[in-house]
Amino acid sequence: MQEKILNYIEKNSRIDLHELAVILGEDEAAVLNCLEDMEAKHIICGYHTLINWEKAGVEKAKAMIEVRVTPQRGTGFDKIAQRIYNFPEVSDVYLISGGFDFMVILEGKSLREIADFVSQKLSVLDSVFSTKTNFILKNYKEQGTIMVDVPKEERMKMSL
Amino acid sequence: MRSMVNKTITGIAPSGIRKFFDIVNEMDDAISLGVGEPDFDTPWRIRDEAIYSLEQGRTFYTSNTGLKQLREEISKYLERRYQLYYSPSSEIMVTVGGSEAIDVALRAMLDPGDEVLIPQPSYVSYGPCTILAGGRPVYIPLKEEDDFRLTAQEIEDAITDRTKVLILPYPNNPTGAVMEKADLEAVAEVVKKHDLFILTDEIYSELTYLEKHVSIAALPGMKERTVYINGFSKAFAMTGWRLGYACAPRELLSQMLKIHQFAIMCAPTNSQYAAVEALRNCQDEVDKMREEYDHRRRYLMDRFKKMHLQCFEPFGAFYIFPSIKEFGMSSDEFATELLKSKKVAVVPGTAFGDCGEGFIRISYAYSLEDLEKAVDRIEEFVNELRAGKAEKAAE
Repeated sequence: MQEKILNYIEKNSRIDLHELAVILGEDEAAVLNCLEDMEAKHIICGYHTLINWEKAGVEKAKAMIEVRVTPQRGTGFDKIAQRIYNFPEVSDVYLISGGFDFMVILEGKSLREIADFVSQKLSVLDSVFSTKTNFILKNYKEQGTIMVDVPKEERMKMSL
Repeated sequence: MRSMVNKTITGIAPSGIRKFFDIVNEMDDAISLGVGEPDFDTPWRIRDEAIYSLEQGRTFYTSNTGLKQLREEISKYLERRYQLYYSPSSEIMVTVGGSEAIDVALRAMLDPGDEVLIPQPSYVSYGPCTILAGGRPVYIPLKEEDDFRLTAQEIEDAITDRTKVLILPYPNNPTGAVMEKADLEAVAEVVKKHDLFILTDEIYSELTYLEKHVSIAALPGMKERTVYINGFSKAFAMTGWRLGYACAPRELLSQMLKIHQFAIMCAPTNSQYAAVEALRNCQDEVDKMREEYDHRRRYLMDRFKKMHLQCFEPFGAFYIFPSIKEFGMSSDEFATELLKSKKVAVVPGTAFGDCGEGFIRISYAYSLEDLEKAVDRIEEFVNELRAGKAEKAAE
C-alpha cells in the first residue's frame, strides 16, 4: 500500500484523503495511518508546489554549478557537502560520478546574486578547488512536468 | 434515373450518436463523457519510432500481411501473454484497426444466410458487417443480473441449423463486462458441441481490473475454430494510427488475406514500425495507463454508489454502464435531457443494441478532474429528477 500511495501523491499531493482511499481501493483509516507513518519516518519529506515563476511574472535565476573538491580524510565528501547544503540559497546538492564531484543547484533573485554567492561563499571554501557555473536559460520540463505551453489536440467529442 | 445505391447498405441504420454529436459540438462548455478512445497521448517512444521511420524514408507498402518484424512481435506477445502460438508467416495478418479485421473475417467466413450470434449491448459494427457479408445477425440480449456475461444457455437458445459464428466482444464496450476463464470454458463447450466458430474481439484485453484477461483462443481445442482480433488503439492509446491484427487458422487467414489485399493493400507503414516498438518496449506505459483507468473506475463507482444509482461493477475496458430505469425515461430521453440541462454528454445504451434500453454508457477516458466536474452535474440532474418525481407523487 505504501508504494501505491507514494506513486499517486508524488504527482498529486493535494488529493483529499477520502478520494485517495477510494481510488486506491483501500480503507481510509489505513491510508491515513500509512501517510502519518511515512511522514514521521521522513519517507514523505514535504508537500511542495511546482511553480512556473516566469508565468507568475517573478524574476528568478537558477544555475547548476559543477564543483570539484578535495575529499577530506575521515569524512570523505559528506563534511564538504554539509558546508555547501546549509546555505539557504542552495536548493539541491548531489554527489556525482564523472568529471566533477558535486552538482549544486542555486536559486537566487538574479544572475548577480548567484555570481556573488559562487565567488564569495562557494569557491572560497577550503576544499573546493574549482567551480563551473551553468546558468539556466529556459525551463522546458521539471519533475516530470512540461513547463512550456504545448497546444493539445482535441479528440472528437463523441465516439462509439 | 436508377438509384445509385445498393439496397443492403440503405437498409442499415446510421450511427446512434449523430444527434448528440451535433448538439455537443454547438455547446462551448459541455463536458463529454461520450468518447470511446483513450485520453492519453500515444507514448512518446512509439511516436519517436514513427518519426524515425519517416526520416529513414520508410514510406513504401509493406507486405500485404504486414511487416515481418511486427508479425513476429505479435506472435511473441500472444505466446508470453496466453501461451498461445500463432505462426507469424501464415496465421497473423496486420489490419487497419480491429474494425477492418472484423469486417474481413466475417466476409471470409460467411456464406449467404449464415447466422452470426451477436451478444448485445456491444460495439456497433458486428451486425452491419455481418449483413454486408451476406450473413444474418442474431442478437443475444445480455442481462445486467448476469453482469452482462454471456452464458452457455443463452447461446444454446439462439442456435439454429444456420448458425455458424459466435462473436465474443469481451472485455466489452459499452458495459465494461469481462468473461473469466470459467465463463469462457462454458462457452467453448457449446461452441464445440455445435461445431461453431468464434470471432473474439479482444481490443480491450489489456484493460482489465480484476484479473488478467483470458483469451478463449487459448482454451483447449479452441484455436482451430477461433479468429482472434486485437489491435493497438486501446492498450497503447493509438486510435488514430489505425492498426490492428487478426490471427486465425492458416486455411481461413489465407482467404482473409485476399480480401485485405484487394481492399486495403496493407496497413499504414509508419504505424507498423511504431507498433513494433509498442510491443517490444512499452508494457510499463500500458501498466501505468491501466492503473490510472482503475483509479477513475473506482472513483466513479464510489460516486454512483453514493448517488444510489444502480450500476453493476465493470472490470474491463473504460466504461461504466449505470441503469437509469428508476426515472421512467428512455435512454435517449435521459441522455438528451442531461445534455440540454446540464451539458454533460453520455451515450444512450440503445446505441449498442435495443437491450441497452434503460442504461447509459459513461466513458472514463477522462482525467479525474473532468470526471469530478461531470459527475457533480449528473448528481444534480439525478437529484432534480427524483425531486420532480417525489413532487408528482405528492400531488
